[in-house]
Amino acid sequence: MTTSEVINLTTVKRDPTFVDSLTPAGRLLSRCIQCGTCTASCPSAPAMDFTPRQMWRLAQLGFQDQVLHSKAIWLCSLCYTCHVRCPRGIPLTETIVKLKQLALQERISEWRESTAFYRAFGDVMRHYGRTKEIEFMVRYFLATNPLSALGYAGLGLTLLRRGKVHLEVPRLGGEGRLDRLFERVAELEGQQ
Amino acid sequence: MKYLFYPGCSAESSALEYGTSTLAVLEALGAEVEELKDWTCCGASVAATLSDLLGVVLPARNLALAEQAGNGREMLTVCSACYTNFRRTAAAIAAQPHLLDTINQALEVEGLTYHGTVQTRHLMDVLANDFDLETIAARVQRPLAGLTVAPYYGCQTVRPYSPFDDDQRPTSMLGILEALGATVHRHHREASCCGTSLLTTKPDVGYQMVGAILEACEPADCIVTVCPMCHMNLDSYQDKVSQVVGHPLHIPILFLPQLMGLAFGLPESALMFKRHVVPVGPVLAQLPGS
Repeated sequence: MTTSEVINLTTVKRDPTFVDSLTPAGRLLSRCIQCGTCTASCPSAPAMDFTPRQMWRLAQLGFQDQVLHSKAIWLCSLCYTCHVRCPRGIPLTETIVKLKQLALQERISEWRESTAFYRAFGDVMRHYGRTKEIEFMVRYFLATNPLSALGYAGLGLTLLRRGKVHLEVPRLGGEGRLDRLFERVAELEGQQ
Repeated sequence: MKYLFYPGCSAESSALEYGTSTLAVLEALGAEVEELKDWTCCGASVAATLSDLLGVVLPARNLALAEQAGNGREMLTVCSACYTNFRRTAAAIAAQPHLLDTINQALEVEGLTYHGTVQTRHLMDVLANDFDLETIAARVQRPLAGLTVAPYYGCQTVRPYSPFDDDQRPTSMLGILEALGATVHRHHREASCCGTSLLTTKPDVGYQMVGAILEACEPADCIVTVCPMCHMNLDSYQDKVSQVVGHPLHIPILFLPQLMGLAFGLPESALMFKRHVVPVGPVLAQLPGS
């Protein structure tokens, strides 16, 4: 965020209960003293729209839309450096996982290159029970930008030649290996 | 030493050389290893992003299988993401008394019940702490004299659920590398992040992260890692990363059990160096007797 992008506290919609949905940190986020250790530790911070420190402040104040639409949450690579360094002991990395989950549930349309990754991976995992790299990448590129797959064509051929990935005929349809478990989990979560 | 082995999706596909060399090295050290039957994906970084419960149920399905088959044996994993998921699930069960009941309500459809007793160990932990350095040194047939090696642990091998090493300045590999006869190149990116899925979703950011690690390791002849994701990212994208950082970076990336197998004199069929994108040939050529 540049200094010119000021968020007007009185006009922007806020949800003070937002922080409660952010497990596992939740109310622990109120402990955040804005020291910036998370931002200083984050290898992706320079590419973020909001830095981690700014994002936690927005979350504390209930700026749900700003946080869930941010690019920042999709740049977290789960390295857990902020998590282990936070002097207030807030479980930050796993709270970012929750932010990603909420953004996926809200079907937020920005950052499709990231959201499609999680959906495609989830579909393949559910269907096969294990990860099939080629099918996953095909689904991912079809869901995002099929032309961008060309940028990976050279590497793809190298990996095929080295036996790192295998060409398999995708067998879509039919009962998936983990369908019943996924359905049961959805049912149980619906009951909560 | 007896272990139940959870390979994870990578070690049977893109990182087959990691799974294969792990089994060969553990056998050479006298360990008994049995693969867990009917295992499924641990959920990677994805399941918890889809739902809280799914994020613990997918690891728990495998923990339940391991409890059933384990007969008290610990579960060994070679993948740092799998390791984190299993230990995160164990920590969540310990912290929330009712979670295990909910998990078991879900596992019912698989005919499984989990009682929360399985210990998950990372290969790095097992190699560093279950075998003494004399045992490892005694197995060396071809000392790696003259070879300079940069250790690279990555993130989730050492944090946040690893009890066996420092979470930011790990040292588990040092003794082993020295026991193999190698010279160690210490650097400040040993526990930095390889970028994981950012190499696919946000490549410009991912290339920078890989570049920083490769640059820190440049004085070494090769980098040694213990995570299939780290290996994929460091080994596969060096051409693109070289363009981004503006100078050529070309350094072979070996899995720790591959390097150990090399020193133990194990055959190529157990080490599978030909599967790497960056050729390992220059490392092999440098060893005495090549």
